[in-house]
Amino acid sequence: MSRIRVPLSEVKLTKEDFVSDQIVKWCPGCGGHAILKAVETAFPETGFRKENFAFISGIGCSSRFPYYINTYGIHGIHGRANSIASGVKIANTGLSVWITTGDGDSMAIGGNHFIHTIRRNIDVNILLFNNQIYGLTKGQYSPTTPKGQITRTSPYGTIEHPFNPAGLVMGAMGTFFARVLDSNVKMMTEVVRESAKHDGTAVVEILQNCIIFADKAFSYLTDKEQKDDFQIHLKHGEPMLFGKNNSKGIVLRDNRLQIIKVGENKQDDKNILIHDQYDTDPGIHRMLGFMRPPEMPRAFGVIRAARFDTYDHLMEDQIDNAKKRSAIKCVDDLLNSGETFEVN
Amino acid sequence: MSKNSKVVEKESAVIKFVGDSGDGMQLTGSLFSDTAALFGNDLATFPDYPAEIRAPHNTIFGVSGFQVQIGSIKINSSGDFCDVLVAMNPASLKANLKWVKKNGIIIVDSDSFDKKALAKSGYEENPLENGSLDDYKVVKAPVSTIAKESLSGLSLSPKAALRSKNMVALGITGCLFNQDINSTYKFIEKKFKDKDTVIESNKKALAAGYDYARKNETFETTFFVPKADFPKGRYRNITGNVATAWGFLAAAERSGRELFLGSYPITPATEILIELAEHKSLGAKVFQAEDEIAGICSAIGASYTGALGITTTSGPGFSLKSEAIGLAVITELPLVIVNVQRAGPSTGMPTKSEQSDLMQALYGRNGECPVIVISASSPANCFYYAYEAAKLSIEHMTPAVLLTEGSLGNGSELFRIPSVEDLPEITPPIAKPNDPEYKPYARDPVTLARKWALPGTEGLRHRIGGLEKFNIEGNPTTDPLNHELMTKLREDKVKRVENYIPEQPIVGEDSGDLLVIGWGSTFGPINTAVKQLQSEGKKISHTHFHYIKPFPKNTGEILRNFKKILVCELNAGQLVKHLRIEHPEHQYLQYNKIQGLPFVVHELKEKFNEIL
Repeated sequence: MSRIRVPLSEVKLTKEDFVSDQIVKWCPGCGGHAILKAVETAFPETGFRKENFAFISGIGCSSRFPYYINTYGIHGIHGRANSIASGVKIANTGLSVWITTGDGDSMAIGGNHFIHTIRRNIDVNILLFNNQIYGLTKGQYSPTTPKGQITRTSPYGTIEHPFNPAGLVMGAMGTFFARVLDSNVKMMTEVVRESAKHDGTAVVEILQNCIIFADKAFSYLTDKEQKDDFQIHLKHGEPMLFGKNNSKGIVLRDNRLQIIKVGENKQDDKNILIHDQYDTDPGIHRMLGFMRPPEMPRAFGVIRAARFDTYDHLMEDQIDNAKKRSAIKCVDDLLNSGETFEVN
Repeated sequence: MSKNSKVVEKESAVIKFVGDSGDGMQLTGSLFSDTAALFGNDLATFPDYPAEIRAPHNTIFGVSGFQVQIGSIKINSSGDFCDVLVAMNPASLKANLKWVKKNGIIIVDSDSFDKKALAKSGYEENPLENGSLDDYKVVKAPVSTIAKESLSGLSLSPKAALRSKNMVALGITGCLFNQDINSTYKFIEKKFKDKDTVIESNKKALAAGYDYARKNETFETTFFVPKADFPKGRYRNITGNVATAWGFLAAAERSGRELFLGSYPITPATEILIELAEHKSLGAKVFQAEDEIAGICSAIGASYTGALGITTTSGPGFSLKSEAIGLAVITELPLVIVNVQRAGPSTGMPTKSEQSDLMQALYGRNGECPVIVISASSPANCFYYAYEAAKLSIEHMTPAVLLTEGSLGNGSELFRIPSVEDLPEITPPIAKPNDPEYKPYARDPVTLARKWALPGTEGLRHRIGGLEKFNIEGNPTTDPLNHELMTKLREDKVKRVENYIPEQPIVGEDSGDLLVIGWGSTFGPINTAVKQLQSEGKKISHTHFHYIKPFPKNTGEILRNFKKILVCELNAGQLVKHLRIEHPEHQYLQYNKIQGLPFVVHELKEKFNEIL
């Protein structure tokens, strides 16, 4: 059962309640604009009080986000948004805490905080703007840049194996992972709403186009000719179908996810997997997170939303129990506890 | 005591327990100290131990020691030379003999002086037999044998029985000082709650040691240190790290703020983290972070929401936190950073004390980045300076660094228990809901502190961050004149703290031939040395800084009235450099010790006399 304690708004909020008075300084055509729009649209739908949102960020293009939305917020230092946000949430569980971060901020300099925040399952939402490049420092490769890509710091092509954020989330015992494309504002809005509802660390990987330094990095996914074959939109409780007219399905065969053609074999059709985002076992979720074209479609939507205790609530429980049980109710009790002696 | 022994009254005595790092010397010393404290002696302790948890047996580098000075007079240091050394093996005797007073008592476990152990500790001959200890009163007690015999009824393995030999040594020492063994029993019962076998074996071994000493003729004289004449009140023995933790709990309660500690374990600061983790019943939220940076950043996040954000560390961790301290400075949030200093650079000597992070606290960040810097000077006053750091940080909306030292954090002394309501009030400058005047960087005209607007408050939504802000409005900007203005405002805000701290006190006349300046843990030895010279008629005074940035307002006035000024520090000269910057009109002599050890009174007196 969800224990989210963010107070609800007494009045109905609209998108305008979250529009900031600051000029948005992202490049024209940057995916950031669509993400901002999706968040502004999704927030009123959460029902939360507008004063109870806090946006925390690190450094990078993504991290300017707190200035562009009218909530409480901290624009922090490079890589540390997850740590700052952990403190915000633990200290005040009544806040809906959002982190905007990028593939440099969260996968490189802040990689340690990213995995540990997820491991603890602190109830924060991480919007990971993955554009596979360093934008604000002008075009160096990042931990998610595809191997071989030529960038300003890899003139001969990168020789590093990229991170798959889904792999880090699952490896760190993550409870929520979703993936969206910045061009799909509708899905992004839905996923932001789902993320807000999730009790625990929610990671939303947004494949974001950097129009300047890594333009068209995701065009293979959005290209009209192949997008139906290269994208699968997962919905909880529904069969995993994709392709033109949902002509393909995903089954588990020989311990791997495989594609079948729908209608060719009745037994195969029966075996098409039904998406269960709440499954506590991350096995299938992990396989879905790792699917890649051209062999398999890339998975979009909420891939995992498992229910586990959150750090912030467990801490509050411990405090409540200690307050009930301990004889030490105030600092005077503490100072006078144990071995003391009186001088008259 | 033996039948013929006489009891000699002493106004103070220094006792040192030494042995292998697994011999339980810290526990032995603590139990002896607690028993003395409960009786009513004043005391100060100094644990001196290696970084290794169980260093190889019988080696000099593996020696662990615990020194305590007890007295019927005011005790402000653990003392220089000991009246009684309790050595559990040849290596610990060898390493500590130089610290024993001439004619002092040395109690050894004679069972441990076998050929192998002697060789490993570098003794060519047995010092117990070759006359090399003739200047001392040596008590050769078969401590291991006594331990084994006393526990023969308990069906313990010989190895397990030997673990209690420290209790035998404690029993002998307790008898030598006519301590009430029943108090020691109580401390043992408390310490090993729910471990009945351990309690029984320790009590039996303790009693056996006590009996051995009582029946044995070796102690011609025993000692009695009468109760100290304390001001009225309730007292307890406390270490500096526990006092620091409690000072923060008191500040949180008094300010109505939740305490949030974000920290990562590091010697010798970990005990603050451990202590605060214990006090969930007081609402303390303790976050053991994945690293030092996450520790401080989580504390900044918590502080943004209105909690008293704290992070605790030692030198290497303090280095890692530098960038985040800058974030707290520019966001103008309250934050207390505790650095329990140890010998550096790098990993340095983790278990040895030093005062070498002062420059780092004052200047060690990018940009113009002022913070309040204060320091504690005794284990017990860590409580008050932790409280003060929190108070100043909250009321002035700026980070404060509290410098303590390994020797303060692990050392203990008697603490007169205050009442929380007697502590000074703390008034957080919290912004009111829907305040039409609210601007993120609008300031109090007197303190220059901005308002603390807590997330969740209606009508105050705002963003802060690491980018330079427009004064008052708080939006990011690179406007040149604004940056200069904000830089000066942040500096001035810290400077104005001088109007809220006490004047710098002076021990002795306010003019004379020599002013001795110290800070931190050196208070005890400097104070003792200065007072001794004062009683000889020398024109010497002592002033000890607790507030270093800003300095108290009367600092210049104090410095002006002495012919010579000597700054004594356990580093290569850091406060002295800061004084040369802040008060350049004076000549400063300096006396530095960089050995991971505290000053001893006689070396200070020698230096003072040389200058006088």
